[in-house]
Amino acid sequence: MESRRVVITGMGMVSPLACGVEATWSRILDGQSGAGTIQQFDANHLATNYACEVPKGDGSDGTFNPDDWMEPKEQRKVDQFILYGMAAADQAIKDAGLGGESTEEMERIGVMIGSGIGGLGTIAETAYLIRDKGARRVSPFFIPGSLINLISGQVSIKYGYRGPNHSVVTACSTGSHAIGDASRMIRLGDADVMIAGGAESAINEIGIAGFNACKALSTKYRDDPTAASRPWDKDRDGFVMGEGSGIVVLEDYERAKARGAKIYAEVIGYGMSGDAHHITAPPPNHEGAERAMRAAVRGAGIEVSDIDYVNAHGTSTMADTIEMGAVQRLLGDHATKATMSSTKSATGHLLGAAGAIEAIFSALAIRDQVAPPTLNLDTPPEDAVIDLAPGKKVEREIDVALSNSFGFGGTNAVLLLRRVAA
Amino acid sequence: MSDNDIEKRVRNKVVEHLGVEEEKVTENASFIDDLGADSLDTVELVMAFEEEFGIEIPDDAAENIQTFGDAVNYIKGAV
Repeated sequence: MESRRVVITGMGMVSPLACGVEATWSRILDGQSGAGTIQQFDANHLATNYACEVPKGDGSDGTFNPDDWMEPKEQRKVDQFILYGMAAADQAIKDAGLGGESTEEMERIGVMIGSGIGGLGTIAETAYLIRDKGARRVSPFFIPGSLINLISGQVSIKYGYRGPNHSVVTACSTGSHAIGDASRMIRLGDADVMIAGGAESAINEIGIAGFNACKALSTKYRDDPTAASRPWDKDRDGFVMGEGSGIVVLEDYERAKARGAKIYAEVIGYGMSGDAHHITAPPPNHEGAERAMRAAVRGAGIEVSDIDYVNAHGTSTMADTIEMGAVQRLLGDHATKATMSSTKSATGHLLGAAGAIEAIFSALAIRDQVAPPTLNLDTPPEDAVIDLAPGKKVEREIDVALSNSFGFGGTNAVLLLRRVAA
Repeated sequence: MSDNDIEKRVRNKVVEHLGVEEEKVTENASFIDDLGADSLDTVELVMAFEEEFGIEIPDDAAENIQTFGDAVNYIKGAV
């Protein structure tokens, strides 16, 4: 069977900048940051008391109103990561113009939404409940409200999608792996449409304390949280935790064309690798990242000189420059002509949702022919030859975008997107 | 605690947990057949009654609480 082409026809997002894809994107291009002192719980006793939280409100001005997405009685039964995922999935499905499918078509629509950690906050609260009030008080919704694959399950139940129902867990590369794996399911004929992405909600005491203990989080910017996420900058000191969800609708190109769907970009490449090195740190030259990028390029059948924009993993940790080295080795002489930025400078690090929102930003970079900025990059590394888009968006031609995601355990996922001629 | 008081508090819990209109919570209303609950909802509802009234409802008794009336009658006998 000839391999099928896969395109993105719908996108949805709940991010620390806004609820909604376009609202988030305009704020990203405008150079806004989603960081602030943590509101969801009192974090002042922790080494880090700031994060990039989803702005809650009545739904106006880009705020996230849970009641817009799930009935209050249903919200009680799920962890917040599922709520974020359901909101982003609903946006993506509406954006793609799905609806009114036949039973046969429904059997060809699948869901692949992952999470890095799942219902961490609910797990912690339930443990306290058992300690304080006994095991009989545990809610029957505790398990189904915390399991990572339950966004995929909930989306399937809500919309009637009866195709492959799956989920990815690969820490901070979850979102990219989910989109890459789902695109292969379409390519190989398991489904015609896949709802794919990631969601995360780990801004709680156990999440912040846990990442603080691995020395992964920024701690020095309590007085100025918006300056804390500063990928590649000399004064970076760790990542800033984000939360939310990014979901795309992936579709067989011929199906999308036949129904006259809007097409954001084509998923032309997907590369994976393992570092076989360390549970939290990349190897000094990050050859694993380089191999994953080369695998994506090879699979796409393009030249490295075709790559115009790189949305970096770029978490604002020591690993940023290691990634930059791998990208510059990959691109070779072409590095001086490409642009690379880290949108985590604005959104923080959404862990299992990061790769998904960054695939969306990459698709929008292609649509609008603009590379989003890297905020707070005041002193770039001396060996940077690639343009890192410090402080300001870069309007430029973008036909092909590469998005990197790397996760604890030494797992790497790379997506390649390309503009589709109208 | 008066019978009316018990009825009122049980009804409030049912409305809160199942998200139904108060008028629908009648004597013979079945949680599953009439009020849209599934089996997990009924487990949670029984836990909510236990919490509300400070009682323990054993599993075999809980299985027999199918309607609003069943719940009220059991709780009247237990408090």
